[in-house]
Amino acid sequence: MAGAWETVIGLETHVQLRTLSKMFCGCSAAFGAPPNSNVCPVCLGLPGALPVPNEQALKLAVRAALGLGCTVHPRSVFARKNYFYPDLPKGYQISQFEQPLATAGSLSYLSPDRGIATAAIQRLHVEEDAGKSLHDRFPKQTAIDLNRCGVPLIEIVTGPDFRSPQEARAYLLTLKQVLEYAGASDCDMEKGSLRVDANVSVRRAGETALGTKTEVKNINSFAYVEKALTVERDRQIALLEGGGKVEQQTMLYDAKTNSVRPQRSKEESHDYRYFPDPDLPPLVLHPDFIEEQRAALPELPATKRERFTAQYALGVDEAAVLTADRAVADYYEAVVHAGAEPKAAANWVRTEVLADAKDHREALRVPASSLAQIISLVKGGTLSHQAAKRVFGEVAERGGEPRNVAEALGLVQVADTGMVAGWVSEVLGTYVTEVSRYKSGETRLLQFFVGQVMKASRGKADPKLAQRVLEEKLAS
Amino acid sequence: MSDPSEALASAKAAADRIVKVKRLNACLTPIKELRKSLVAQASAAHPSGVLYGMPVAVKDNICTLEFTTSCGSKILEGYRSPYDATAVAKLKAAGALIAGKTNCDEFGMGSSTEHSAYGRSLHPFDKTRVPGGSSGGSAALVAAGSVPAALGSETGGSVRQPASLCGVVGIKPTYGRVSRYGLVAFGSSLDQIGVLGRSVHDAARVLSVISGRDPKDATCEDRDSLRLPNVPESLQGFVIGVPKEYLPQDLDPAVRRACDRAIRLLRELGAAVREVSLPHTAYAVATYYIIAPAEASSNLARYDGARYGPRFNGSEDVRALYRATRGEGFGPEVRRRVLVGTYVLSSGYYDAYYRKAQQMRALIAQDFRNVFDRGVDLLFTPTTPTPAFKAGEKLNDPVAMYLSDIFTVTANLAGLPAISLPIGRIKGLPIGGQLIGQAFLDDEMLEAAYALERAVPPGEEA
Repeated sequence: MAGAWETVIGLETHVQLRTLSKMFCGCSAAFGAPPNSNVCPVCLGLPGALPVPNEQALKLAVRAALGLGCTVHPRSVFARKNYFYPDLPKGYQISQFEQPLATAGSLSYLSPDRGIATAAIQRLHVEEDAGKSLHDRFPKQTAIDLNRCGVPLIEIVTGPDFRSPQEARAYLLTLKQVLEYAGASDCDMEKGSLRVDANVSVRRAGETALGTKTEVKNINSFAYVEKALTVERDRQIALLEGGGKVEQQTMLYDAKTNSVRPQRSKEESHDYRYFPDPDLPPLVLHPDFIEEQRAALPELPATKRERFTAQYALGVDEAAVLTADRAVADYYEAVVHAGAEPKAAANWVRTEVLADAKDHREALRVPASSLAQIISLVKGGTLSHQAAKRVFGEVAERGGEPRNVAEALGLVQVADTGMVAGWVSEVLGTYVTEVSRYKSGETRLLQFFVGQVMKASRGKADPKLAQRVLEEKLAS
Repeated sequence: MSDPSEALASAKAAADRIVKVKRLNACLTPIKELRKSLVAQASAAHPSGVLYGMPVAVKDNICTLEFTTSCGSKILEGYRSPYDATAVAKLKAAGALIAGKTNCDEFGMGSSTEHSAYGRSLHPFDKTRVPGGSSGGSAALVAAGSVPAALGSETGGSVRQPASLCGVVGIKPTYGRVSRYGLVAFGSSLDQIGVLGRSVHDAARVLSVISGRDPKDATCEDRDSLRLPNVPESLQGFVIGVPKEYLPQDLDPAVRRACDRAIRLLRELGAAVREVSLPHTAYAVATYYIIAPAEASSNLARYDGARYGPRFNGSEDVRALYRATRGEGFGPEVRRRVLVGTYVLSSGYYDAYYRKAQQMRALIAQDFRNVFDRGVDLLFTPTTPTPAFKAGEKLNDPVAMYLSDIFTVTANLAGLPAISLPIGRIKGLPIGGQLIGQAFLDDEMLEAAYALERAVPPGEEA
């Protein structure tokens, strides 16, 4: 009876900021370096070492906060979160607690259930990442890689605002778009630059009080967000319907078995004993600094989507596809500015361009001006749509001017009545039976003849002209 | 000095003088290693530096590439830092020679140097007494004449208190005047590297070299290094406050006599002396013993045996490794403070202890500002309530030990510069007087200290 239950989900998302160096030292923040090679006394937590905030990380954090409509506080405080773990060299993580960088934002997203929905962004704070414990690298031993230690993160906490695992996923995809647009993060879940923890509870439909929540951790890819949350929701409902109670605990998701298990109490968080980090003065941001970050923000996806529908007369879905990725949106506009008709350009970008990009690591291989030229060649009747696709593929692979490519491939449409008439005669001579059927009233055979003319011309005949000549000849 | 042969001679002489006082257990560096290093440093030192050839001993909780940095603790036994503390790097750049690491209370926690894993240091004038602490090794070496100056560190008086007890000068600069990068943290919001010296001038010129901005320490002020003041002819124009809370009825009469004489001398030098009040002084030690342990409990979390330092039995499981390493690696005083600090930061107790202590700290700092706002330039107080006490006397009574910092912790809580200088002797034992200055007016404080130092007959009984 899942229908009688309402699901309530809140998300805590950790996002790695796109900086060259770490949050509190000059070490490289790059992913994939040999273990323990990007380290120094500061991120190793050696005796006597001290943290110094990375200004670029602060810029990106502020941009992310502004992109999410948050109030950025002119004064925030770094705090220590104390716990013992071998991949946490200082025995504490530098984070923010009582006074975070930003609060009170919101993000609208397209809910598959409710249309446009809005999630409250309760807070956004800056912190450093911990290292990595590798339990499967050496038998019976744990290896520690501290390259990730000190990498800058922001944590983005929503209210309990999602009503289904699908909504949670839709929010995350929108969040990813905004952060990518803002240049704050590459949001690559595979590389761990976006990580999600979810608070999940269920309640009887119509109830207003929240049920007991669990925290679901270890959701490592977008594909698993929905699965993990569904599994946990179903577990809670089954538990409650069986007369049991939900226990407030942390659940770990296992993607291999698509199941959750409670975290062992040993792994549970204790009392983190947060207190202001005495090594770091309060973070005071000048209003000019905040305004500079606001000015550096590009037009964000939601605004861009609205503008596209208005300015280019596109449908909402069409505009959504075109604005999902900033590079694609910019490309689309470049095609339009190069003279292509907006609707045709939208069709091309949504189909051919995105398909090609998908196969080529998101590269937009055909220059916007070339695509605009291809579109105008179709419009002017020089290329058939089929031929245009071939030209697009050729330009993508080998480059070149579309018109030259079309000519080289012999794809330019023949609009010469004499030549077309030759192919028409050839076709009518071959299909005598069909000609008599046509003449006795089966006029829908006209398209068959056009097709045959195109075939005879190996795609070069202008189909409109072919049709006209056919009609004339068949009428006589 | 700018002649390489003189630097070499200075290095060798320093090594000889340190060997001579080996019985004090003030220097932790093995003498062979020390001698070899001093000679190598002397030949590498840049002759144009302002401290060229000057041997400076360094407290064991300040990181140096030379020698080990064990913080007087078993948990860092044999630890070698891969970098120099900024203060040490600046000393070297000025041509100074790092003359070994000095004994101290473990991680700076103590007031007698008895809480060192490497044995207590002796008072240079009376081996049954303590040199004070936690920078007791630095104070003893300077008092014994082995080095003209040594680096110490303060969290609640650990430079000034041993300076007072050993009869040398000890300066704690304004918080943020000297980089803490490479000072092994105890209570980060209170910690500051300080200098012990034979004279105000010896200490001041070392302080001048190590002070100034450091991009590696976010709490270090963006200021040029400290300008060395001239020795003033008089203290005409100076208004010196004497806070009544620092001269209570039950103060040791001899200490009071020494202070009265110093105050008289300040007047004779031309200063206007007034009684003032710092009403929240009574809460200072309690406040300090919440904030410092709270920060320490976090700062010392990194010593878990996982990455560096010795590991103790129990390494089959990571929790057991932590327990064994921290249980055996830390001495009793450190364990006590880590426990207190953990307690006061715990949820449910944070507001009652840590938050309240921070509020009190703000009131204590405000007390000082109120006095300075009313035209007082400097404060004069005793540095310690007594001269050097007997070894073992306070070892089993932590509160009695903590109270030996009663006149010094306030400057740390308020982040103010303070200096202790000898103002006489009590039955042959030195006693210090303290000047507390306004934030970042360290130079003005030094000016008054120069004048007072010249006026005081240091060897005279009070």
